[in-house]
Amino acid sequence: MGENAKWWIIVILSSLWFMVLTHPVLAEVTAQTSGAESNAHAWWFWPVVLFLVTLVMGILAVLGGVGGGVLFVPIISGFFPFHLDFVRGAGLLVALAGALAAGPGLLRLNLASLRLAIPVALIASTCAIIGAMIGLALPTNIIQTALGATIIGICILMLTAKKSEFPDVPQSDMLSSALRIYGVYREESTGQVINWKIHRTPLGLTLFIAIGIMAGMFGLGAGWANVPALNLVMGVPLKISVATSKFLLSITDTSAAWIYLNKGCVIPMIVVPSLVGIMLGSFIGVPLLKVAKPSVVRWIVICMLAFAGIKALGKGLGF
Amino acid sequence: MTDKSQTSLEAGPEQVLYAKVLRKGMYLGLVILFITFAIYALGIIKPYIPKDKISIYCAMNVHDYLYYAKIKDGWSWLGMLRYSEFINFIGIVILAGVTIICYIAIIPVLLKNNDKLYATMALLEVVILGLAASGILAVGH
Repeated sequence: MGENAKWWIIVILSSLWFMVLTHPVLAEVTAQTSGAESNAHAWWFWPVVLFLVTLVMGILAVLGGVGGGVLFVPIISGFFPFHLDFVRGAGLLVALAGALAAGPGLLRLNLASLRLAIPVALIASTCAIIGAMIGLALPTNIIQTALGATIIGICILMLTAKKSEFPDVPQSDMLSSALRIYGVYREESTGQVINWKIHRTPLGLTLFIAIGIMAGMFGLGAGWANVPALNLVMGVPLKISVATSKFLLSITDTSAAWIYLNKGCVIPMIVVPSLVGIMLGSFIGVPLLKVAKPSVVRWIVICMLAFAGIKALGKGLGF
Repeated sequence: MTDKSQTSLEAGPEQVLYAKVLRKGMYLGLVILFITFAIYALGIIKPYIPKDKISIYCAMNVHDYLYYAKIKDGWSWLGMLRYSEFINFIGIVILAGVTIICYIAIIPVLLKNNDKLYATMALLEVVILGLAASGILAVGH
């Protein structure tokens, strides 16, 4: 298959996905999320549509360099007749499954640092529990509005945040020295062995309070915030930041997922097709990475998120 | 004591152990989840809520869903394993619980390396995740 053909597949899949989301039936059901409306189809209709949409979502998430959870919650809650409580529960489990699948490999390759993750995860997972409790206690319209605002904020972050492959860390701070957070890895593209250490640890750990709360409150996963906090604030090399962030999700999302699970916010008919769709999409997306134009895909993802964010904001504010 | 992963390209022993446990738990959880969902979707075991009614409940908030479907929250699903949708929770619980097992597994390795600070943090994480899993921390609309 030629490069152009593969690129066309991505464009066609994106278009099909957009058509499904903007289909009048879906729009009508979304507008009137009453039981009678959503029950107008055979039982397998929504799981199949969910599977197809999350399959494309999984492909675009890999190509756009974002986690599945951050796409899942705003898009599914905006365009499907499912209550936000169940979408957040499913979103956390989708993000969790992706992180669990990637975690062992990243740890073995020594790209994810357990030593860095343990203190960060302790703070983030505790705060994710608090976030989940706040999220389940607040009225849905407030959560929906806050979700919309957060998604628009994530779009701005994706547009403006810079990344530093090898941040300059002149000296470790006292806390990271005491915790002995440093390491070494081989940069495969150059063969260079990189020694890394971190700084501004207290500030970085403080940021994970907010990141954990947001992850739990909205069921978003938190890779979009983990990577900038680790890379730009704490000075962790980009590769280690991305890998450790992915691994961290397996801990942060676990804590919040338990709160949603115990509260009854997990419906297998939503969770399993989504989980399979996203995972399969990720498998398909990885080989497409070689031929896809990252900047174009990134723009598609940002536009989709912005659209879903505005929709969530509108729903929350009652427009 | 310096961790092996910090001075060599290889991952340290606790990191390798964590990865091993995580990998096994993840595969076990996913396989069970897929099998139980197939049982549910194919109608091999009767569901508690008829499949053609589930979309009605998905549109309600969780409080109304539990009330109208007469389902209790927390670990009450254990008493409903004769219904096909609830057997799916076995795989979900394994996926959500494997991290706790990973942390428990590395504590002895950390203590053996005299890394008391990290062993304490790992123990604290087990307590926090255990609290979340227990269902004690209940809230709602």
